[in-house]
Amino acid sequence: MVSPTSFFGPLDPAPDAGWTEQPQPRKGFFTDTSVCIGCKACEVACKEWNAVPEDGLDLLGMSYDNTGMLGADSWRHVAFIEQPRPLGRGSAPFAGTPTGPSGTDVADAVTAAGVDALADASRIGSAQPGGFPVVDRAAERVREAGGQQFLGMPGTELPGRSAEGVGRSDVRWLMASDVCKHCTHAACLDVCPTGALFRTEFGTVVVQEDVCNGCGYCVSACPYGVIDKREGDGRAWKCTLCYDRIGDGGTPACAKACPTESIQYGDVDELRERAARRVEQLHAAGVEEARLYGHDPHDGVGGDGAFFLLLDEPEVYGLPPDPVVTTRDLGSMWKHAGMAAVGMLGVALAVFAGGGS
Amino acid sequence: MAPDDAGQGTPGTLRGTSAREARVHDQGRGGARRGSGGGGGGLVGGGGPQVPEADFRSYYGRPILKAPVWEWDIPAYLFTGGLAGGSSLLAAGASVTGRDDLRRATRSAALVGIGASTYFLINDLGRPERFYNMLRIVRVTSPMSVGTWILSVYGPAAGAAAAAELAPLLPERGVLGLARRLAGPVGSLAGWAAAATAPALATYTAVLLADTAAPAWHDAHRLLPFVFGGSALASGGGVGMLAAPLAQAGPARRMAVAGAAVELVAERLVETRLGLSSEAFHEDAPRRKLRASQALTVAGAVGAVLGRRSRVVSALSGLALLSGSALTRFGVFDAGVASTKDPRYVVVPQRERVRRGEPVRA
Repeated sequence: MVSPTSFFGPLDPAPDAGWTEQPQPRKGFFTDTSVCIGCKACEVACKEWNAVPEDGLDLLGMSYDNTGMLGADSWRHVAFIEQPRPLGRGSAPFAGTPTGPSGTDVADAVTAAGVDALADASRIGSAQPGGFPVVDRAAERVREAGGQQFLGMPGTELPGRSAEGVGRSDVRWLMASDVCKHCTHAACLDVCPTGALFRTEFGTVVVQEDVCNGCGYCVSACPYGVIDKREGDGRAWKCTLCYDRIGDGGTPACAKACPTESIQYGDVDELRERAARRVEQLHAAGVEEARLYGHDPHDGVGGDGAFFLLLDEPEVYGLPPDPVVTTRDLGSMWKHAGMAAVGMLGVALAVFAGGGS
Repeated sequence: MAPDDAGQGTPGTLRGTSAREARVHDQGRGGARRGSGGGGGGLVGGGGPQVPEADFRSYYGRPILKAPVWEWDIPAYLFTGGLAGGSSLLAAGASVTGRDDLRRATRSAALVGIGASTYFLINDLGRPERFYNMLRIVRVTSPMSVGTWILSVYGPAAGAAAAAELAPLLPERGVLGLARRLAGPVGSLAGWAAAATAPALATYTAVLLADTAAPAWHDAHRLLPFVFGGSALASGGGVGMLAAPLAQAGPARRMAVAGAAVELVAERLVETRLGLSSEAFHEDAPRRKLRASQALTVAGAVGAVLGRRSRVVSALSGLALLSGSALTRFGVFDAGVASTKDPRYVVVPQRERVRRGEPVRA
């Protein structure tokens, strides 16, 4: 069915795709990142349930993220973002805590001593051949840097209140569990030449792995960089919103495993209301930076089935600020291709006209 | 949305490093963060328009989009398809005007081109043995689906037209003799069918690239069909100049010059008129290929005019045009890939829209 909103604008995707008998409410996720604790239970539960292969566990040398981004083998991705910020936004209970950048005395001392911290770190852990307990090495380092004796125990003071107030940073952590957005206007689905990608009765977007021939078109079409081709398998994979589980009346694995209800699963209409209330609540509590992302049916992809509450700009989390489905301009694309094609015919006629050599 | 000054500058923003870095200049906007923070705009190479300074933030400089998983097969498939299309147009004209050598050369080239194109397309699939799943559906929103059907109509037609050229090898009597006599009209009919679908074959590939989230491809969607269409004509003309005798190659020369002109103008516009996305065409890999492509295309077009009395110069010009046409596809392909790898191409234009208070809304 092609209607004026088939390519752009608000739309209820399932009926538009032909699910008109026994209509189901559109299902989706509301991911409230303000209560995410970065535990990665969602990532693990997703991999377990969907038998998604392991794809590397190395830290990336930035924050505590060892997943990096969504892909064929990561259908949930927890982003970790460190930002320098006054502790508790400098409110009364935090008065007296130092502000400003981190102290670097320890790090400087280590560097001056000619120690390669990364090489050292690779040998840490008593399970390593030639390794040693972390505590021993830490104690050694602290002594070398002229600090107190290190007992391997956490302090009892508030951070930054002890005599050694240096080495403290003002930092705020943002954590956010990213996932396929199950767009209203899903470019991946629109460009799939085999029909492997389809719209389910719940309005979600799923790849049929027995149909996909690995053309890779969906990978380039996704404005969020979600779907990807699996190495060694050749086919495209992404989150299915646990089509098997929700078809049985269950909850997707990630939402089931989330210990803080950061990931909420349900009817998209209800989730949108819930999200609006949560933003109001946060604004009332003085968290002015709270904002929703992907909740608006009038946005460039017709609204996301999986949308988010964020505490900073979307691009800080690796999300595009204002994505637009590429097929919005499809009419213009074919029109210009048609003009170029007609032009080619015209040139072909012209070069044979006149009958010269 | 409350403005959020705290947390400025982190996560660190990274720029794609390139030779352009050296040309970036401050436009008197103090406080533009550089190095660990702040992406900067800069001069578009080649004296194009200036892209305003742009600070942007990202998730530790990591890309937002997935880079295309397509390998070199895909630009090769774009080139060979265009080559086939241009050749079929020449072949149809040659068969009407009785230029037998030109017709034979271009019909053969069309078959070789479409054969190679189909091979490259299938070879690039993650599961090549499932290529026939493309024939399950017709989907206008998928240029690859549309292209599959264009290929399905064009391929057999171009094949039949080329096969008809083998008729003189058949005996003059019996069933095969009948086939020999029918080859002429059947070949003409097939040739016309191929010529009718050839322009679609040569231009749909531009929509194929444009209908993606890669900024450099999508933003060029009005111009790419002209780049590829012109390039296809130039390569078809190149085949004629290379393989047909001088006396018959007039239309090929004219087609090559016209195609080269359209391609060069459209490409110039792509490189200068797309704002930040134009910068992707000036990144190292695409720039090298596009400069080489332009030099070869200009040389080929000039050779087509000045060398029209020399078989050797014509043949060399034909080769230059073919190489130029191939490099065009590889250069455009690389630009799209580059625009997905650097988050700046995604974040900056979208953030600017939001800042101006003009987010995309239906």
